[in-house]
Amino acid sequence: MPSSPMIGYAHATKSFGSLKALDDVSIEIAEGEFVAIVGGSGSGKTTLLRLANRLTEADGGTITVEGADVRDVDPVALRRRIGYVFQSGGLFPHLTVADNIGITPRLLGVSAADIAARVDELLDLVQLDRAAHRDRLPEALSGGQRQRVGVARALAARPRIVLMDEPFGALDPLTRDALGDDYRSLHRKLGLTSVMITHDMTEAILLADRIAVMRSGQLLAQGTPNELAKSGDAYVLELLRTPRRQAERLNALLPKSGAA
Amino acid sequence: MSLLADPRWGEALAHLPDYLGNHVRVSLAALALGLAVSLPLAILTRNRPAPRGLLLAFASIVQTVPGLALLALFYPLLLAAASVALAWFGVSFSAFGFLPAMLALALYSMLPVLRNSITGLNGIDPALIEAAKGVGMTGRQSLLMVELPLALPVMMAGIRTGAVWVIGTATLSTPIGQTSLGNYIFAGLQTQNWVFVLFGCLASALLALAVDQLLGLIENGLRRRSRLRAALGCAGIAALLAATLVPTMGRSSQGYVVGAKTFAEQYVLSALLRDRLQVAGLSATARSGLGSSVIFGALKAGDIDLYVDYSGTLWANQLHRTDIKPRTELLAELKTALAKDNITLLGDLGFENAYALVMPRKRAEALGIRTIADLAAHASTMSIAGDYEFFSRPEWAALQKTYGLSFRAQRQMQPDFMYAAAASGEVDLIAGYTSDGLIAKYELVALDDIRHAIPPYDAILLLAPKRARDERLQAALRPLLGKIDIATMREANLRASGNDANSSPDAVAKWLWEKIKQ
Repeated sequence: MPSSPMIGYAHATKSFGSLKALDDVSIEIAEGEFVAIVGGSGSGKTTLLRLANRLTEADGGTITVEGADVRDVDPVALRRRIGYVFQSGGLFPHLTVADNIGITPRLLGVSAADIAARVDELLDLVQLDRAAHRDRLPEALSGGQRQRVGVARALAARPRIVLMDEPFGALDPLTRDALGDDYRSLHRKLGLTSVMITHDMTEAILLADRIAVMRSGQLLAQGTPNELAKSGDAYVLELLRTPRRQAERLNALLPKSGAA
Repeated sequence: MSLLADPRWGEALAHLPDYLGNHVRVSLAALALGLAVSLPLAILTRNRPAPRGLLLAFASIVQTVPGLALLALFYPLLLAAASVALAWFGVSFSAFGFLPAMLALALYSMLPVLRNSITGLNGIDPALIEAAKGVGMTGRQSLLMVELPLALPVMMAGIRTGAVWVIGTATLSTPIGQTSLGNYIFAGLQTQNWVFVLFGCLASALLALAVDQLLGLIENGLRRRSRLRAALGCAGIAALLAATLVPTMGRSSQGYVVGAKTFAEQYVLSALLRDRLQVAGLSATARSGLGSSVIFGALKAGDIDLYVDYSGTLWANQLHRTDIKPRTELLAELKTALAKDNITLLGDLGFENAYALVMPRKRAEALGIRTIADLAAHASTMSIAGDYEFFSRPEWAALQKTYGLSFRAQRQMQPDFMYAAAASGEVDLIAGYTSDGLIAKYELVALDDIRHAIPPYDAILLLAPKRARDERLQAALRPLLGKIDIATMREANLRASGNDANSSPDAVAKWLWEKIKQ
């Protein structure tokens, strides 16, 4: 375990007017970890994520990225070295798939030829056909394809950290499942540090190494599913029970494998 | 005669390079200036609701000012600015023609550009602006790479609307001295030359359509990221501008500029003066359709070299005199006063174009009205019509006071339509012009001003300060002095009011010269 975490939050607080979005949250995310932040809407999970690349500025506490206090880092430079996957893609509708993917390298001044090569590499990586998708506009893609492009764009400048804001939330279950698995293997292959927001505990358990549960701006518990199960918090336990209950009901309803 | 075979089409076409060229130049310059101001303002205020609201309110107010008034307002404004600039910084510029027209039109183009740019920029999905930030764009990069491209279609729609408005409104810049396609329309309306009116309208409509299409091509190119289309559109606009610059550059200095106000007699006289100068081997052009408040200032500033005005007009409007003197005394005093401004009163042409109260001859006889004094008893049951300035002129006040007149109603009318209105009985009386040929045509009679409430209005030839010692010019003009009597001028004016090829100012000027040259 390295001495300093990739991302560290110490006593982070943030208010929007009278609403306390984050209330003294501390958590550390180690290099190579895949952490899911789980919570309902308004729990503060998105605010927590956005503090890391300064899309939102904290009112109090300290946030460090790769050992440096984010307040000491130029926010634009910071965002260029952290991949960010937006809810439902956030692709620029007037730019082709290739131009969307190559945007951060372009901002960093990478040559056009290098960008083109990188875009092809990334299309392979997220399993999109180069020839078929390169020059399309986002409107011509399916939801799943758009999200794959969103992931490719986040990875384009070879970041060590990727932040994801409900990346697979709006997709149909089959696509969602496939994309989650594919991302999980990318995470391992590229040695990324990933933080993903989700409201779905099942997804969190299946993909993440560690889960942080948030409610009303506070971090209720964090740890592996096993560690969470030992938490005394009723809300955390309730969240954990849901996937199992669903699985049991499904088992009862679905035919046993092979019987169909 | 078939409309298409009318030789006036040819005459109109001969003016096209000059009129169209000036029209394109002033319109494009105004649009460019309007964009240079509006686009940065729209961008700067896109996230600031308060200044944005103020800006839109200002642009809306400008838009409610009629185009003609806005253009007319810029002339005195710039005249004042020019004199301040000269006094304080020693810099002189012309407040005439191009500059006021361009500034007023630029202001006029601002509303559609501002409104659409602001709407376009504010209509962008906030998630995309967030995404631009998230991928590492600076504010400037977000604007250039995301916000402007996404707002482009709406912004371009505003720019295209602005362009069409400017090109249309530019036809109204003729009276402040900016040559434009409006010269056809003003001249045509004043001399009943419907071919010119039609030609001017068609030309400006086609120009507006062409520019709109070229801007559409640029928009299309930018949106589809087709450099070819955008380049084609830009090339089209550049070609249009270049094409209109070529004829002007080919021509050497335009020589003497003869001014003319906005009525038929002035068009005829300016054509006559121009012809005389050309015959004398001097290069000369006519600048017609100038507003009567603009033309004297233009002469004083040297923007035009000569024109014909009327003694009583200058007496009241420039000298601000309300007393009335006999004609020779008034002329002598006027000459001295104008000389203080270095303006030369070369002499009078021989006729008077005064205001006169005019009514149908038969009705006047039936009522026993021969003079304005006879009118007093009937005035309270009569309506009177005058041109757009008459009722605010000192003559009107003097007439009312001297004769104790009080009419039932008063109306303002386009001068050309007044005489017909009097003949048909739509109004009882009009304030007409003594030199107008329509008085005889419609069997009207001008009532005698026995108490001399109206000052004399001798047609006089004025020269700009820089021409005070120009002997060649003055020698070319002297043969005209005292040669045109009222009957001749009336006939010339009547000819000019016809709607055929012989009624163009040029044709009538030639007829007039033939008539007076002996």
